[in-house]
Amino acid sequence: MSVSNRTKNQHLLWRSAFGPMAENVASLDTMSPKILWPLLVKTSAKPVVKIEVTKNPADEYMMGVTDPKEIQKKLQDPALRKKLREQSRDDLKMMNIRWLEMMVNSEAQLREKMSLFWHGHFACRSQNSFFAQELLQIIRTNALGNFGDMLKAVSKSPAMLAFLNNQQNKKSHPNENFAREVMELFTMSRGNYTENDVKEAARAFTGWGFNAKGEFMFRKNQHDTGSKTFLGKTGNFDGDDILNMLLEDKQTANYISKKIYRYFVNEDVDEKNQQWLSSRFYINNYDISKLLEDIYSSDWFYEEKNIGNKIKSPVELLAGIRRLLPMQMENDQSQLLFQRGLGQVLFYPPNVAGWPGGKSWIDSSSLMLRLRIPQILTANEVMDIMPKADDDVMMGQMMEAAAKKLRDTVKGGTASIEWIAVNKIFEKTSREKLLENIADTVLQTKSQVSNAVLDKYINTASRENYIKSTVVNLMATPEYQLC
Amino acid sequence: MVIKRKEFLQIGSLATASLMMPKFLKAFEKPMMVPPGNKVVVVIQFSGGNDGLNTVIPVRNDIYYRERPKLGIVKDKSLLLTDEVGLNPALEAFKGLYDDGSLAIMNSVGYPNPDRSHFRSMDIWHSASESNEYVNTGWLGRYLDAQCKGCDKPTQAMELDDVLSLALKGEENKGLAFKDPKKLYNTSNGHFIKDVNADHKPGEETIDYLYKTMSATLSSADYIYQQSKVHPTSQTYPNTGMGKDLKTIASLIMSDINTKVYYVSLGSFDTHVNQDNQQKRLFTELNDAVKAFTSDLKSNGRFNDVLMMTFSEFGRRVTQNASNGTDHGTANNMFFISGGLKEKGVLNAMPDLTDLNDGDLKHKVDFKNVYATVLNKWLAADDKMILGNKFSYLNFI
Repeated sequence: MSVSNRTKNQHLLWRSAFGPMAENVASLDTMSPKILWPLLVKTSAKPVVKIEVTKNPADEYMMGVTDPKEIQKKLQDPALRKKLREQSRDDLKMMNIRWLEMMVNSEAQLREKMSLFWHGHFACRSQNSFFAQELLQIIRTNALGNFGDMLKAVSKSPAMLAFLNNQQNKKSHPNENFAREVMELFTMSRGNYTENDVKEAARAFTGWGFNAKGEFMFRKNQHDTGSKTFLGKTGNFDGDDILNMLLEDKQTANYISKKIYRYFVNEDVDEKNQQWLSSRFYINNYDISKLLEDIYSSDWFYEEKNIGNKIKSPVELLAGIRRLLPMQMENDQSQLLFQRGLGQVLFYPPNVAGWPGGKSWIDSSSLMLRLRIPQILTANEVMDIMPKADDDVMMGQMMEAAAKKLRDTVKGGTASIEWIAVNKIFEKTSREKLLENIADTVLQTKSQVSNAVLDKYINTASRENYIKSTVVNLMATPEYQLC
Repeated sequence: MVIKRKEFLQIGSLATASLMMPKFLKAFEKPMMVPPGNKVVVVIQFSGGNDGLNTVIPVRNDIYYRERPKLGIVKDKSLLLTDEVGLNPALEAFKGLYDDGSLAIMNSVGYPNPDRSHFRSMDIWHSASESNEYVNTGWLGRYLDAQCKGCDKPTQAMELDDVLSLALKGEENKGLAFKDPKKLYNTSNGHFIKDVNADHKPGEETIDYLYKTMSATLSSADYIYQQSKVHPTSQTYPNTGMGKDLKTIASLIMSDINTKVYYVSLGSFDTHVNQDNQQKRLFTELNDAVKAFTSDLKSNGRFNDVLMMTFSEFGRRVTQNASNGTDHGTANNMFFISGGLKEKGVLNAMPDLTDLNDGDLKHKVDFKNVYATVLNKWLAADDKMILGNKFSYLNFI
């Protein structure tokens, strides 16, 4: 069976972006993916617009004090710390909403999608919203650039230095956390280095830290200047040397290209294609754009076995619904509640290994909530779930009270959908072809919901109702969870 | 729904029995309803890091009172278990369980290189991993994987919550989370979903996995709801979150559902500020619910078959902070409650406050030894395969 242009284009849009957008859907039948792909590259080429929700507290609350040591002192004030903690919590929610909004509406789809991937790869939790904001900016700026540049910038960001305890990594007391994770999770993966390599790398990273303004600091007198042996080489290495040596090792290109293959192409890795990508990625000096070009302009990417078999992450699911059904979100809280209920809250990865993805997204309760979301959104159903407490966020607030408050705000409407835009997609479709055409637009799977079942639940009172009820029902199926 | 013959007989006999049978005869019916020996574990998670030192109090330890001038609970106010150990005053039912030999306390439980972040430490407890490894499955989820080859319903392990915890997620099998059986039944009873489910023809692996999960959820929802109604408990439970959850669990334990593990959480115990009130409120909720639950189990002859265990992601620092609270610490105590304990009371030494690690308790028992014990001795499962390592067993069960 040959794959239609529409399915191929939607495949490209689901994987490299957040799915087809209502206003562009109609054109997907005729266009070739060979035309669509360069368009995606072009629309992501503009400079990144920063998501800025907060100022550096070191500027905002210091009333002219500029000396980092003085700032550090002021930041110890318990009242200010409490205020900053609360403000951070709100800032992170705001950043979440703003970024999700971009995933839905920004034309730089390729960039935002890759940023989401790197956000999970360089997984980091920061209680400091300013640090989290700066890390996101590093990721979005480098998402389509050079992997080595991004690795170095992330490694020197206060968010990551704090999260992986390199601030505490000193000559007298080495802390191995960052050294271990940079190898295990960010570059080479387990089994490609020894425990001794971890110890020696940790020594090389001693002295890497940041000051009260959040600026990277190389604290010379805490750095171990002795000779180190790392991956078989001996020298007076510092942190930059270690990162360069990790990039020089082909295993890094192999690990990253494999992770990208599993995320964007197929969890079931085709060795030949992946090995080819890996060698190209290495030869091209870790140029991410070229790697993506290699994937999305290949023929194998569009093979049937790679289509419709990936479980959408919660954020991909939510963004995808919103792209096909343009809507005014009447309540930001519901966006957060969905993320928590489904197990993916932006800026709160489960640990430094990021979201495991794949089947781990699906259990009884998360699947049932996924199936209810289209109904909740389109019929203004009440969102009656209470996600778990996150004590790192709540700091011991009474959870039930907080959740109840959240639920009350979610009651009474979540979104109003611009159905006119959706109807427009199908304005040239004949009545006989309507069901098939809607199904081909909404679903990417080979497995289809039978017409006999759909017919029972479709509202045939008018063409508008027909389209609306078909879309909503199709989105409430297991098939829609895949792309 | 396929009703098993036994269920059918139960429902049928109850309906007629209530009309025709004299009261004294009905009393005989109850214990017959449940096969004895069906061992069940109820895990109670104290979310947020419960302060163990104010839970099981070292009432003769000067260092404790010196480091906690405001927060220290004086001997006379505590519920004394021994000369040197007292319980938090809000845990009066736990004192009663101690007195009748159905409570055990394990001190200083933790793991090497403790992490003081809530989510990370909870991750470690749920996945039963070392603190420098990342595992995407939970210990009870892997128990399901080991036990549950070919199970058609994920009812072997259930969590009373809207969202499923990592602890109950396995590679192939996952537990089922729901807040109450009625709500689960209502949300999984849409006609559209049922028709879509019935219509699916197996094909590719990923979509089949989704259908398998959905199908199992739909049939479990029916099953759980029916089972929860078979034995409406006559015990009065407090009208609190924990009270409702334990009532639901009790009603299922009395039914012949195949559930081996129940999981429920209470929180937040993250008491950085004004600890006393918050801990007292949570312990009161726990205490009253556990009191009703254990008495329910006893009067229905199930107390010997049920093991309750509590844990928290970490304990708290020995020294109180400046806000009448405590900050994140390390090792902590666990409670075990059952009519079937082999060792009772305080199982090991109280924490040594003269031997701290940077102001924090040192762990003496790895929590994975507790898991291995429960998996092997209570659930008769292959603990080594589930935990990926052999951990020696403890003797309390």
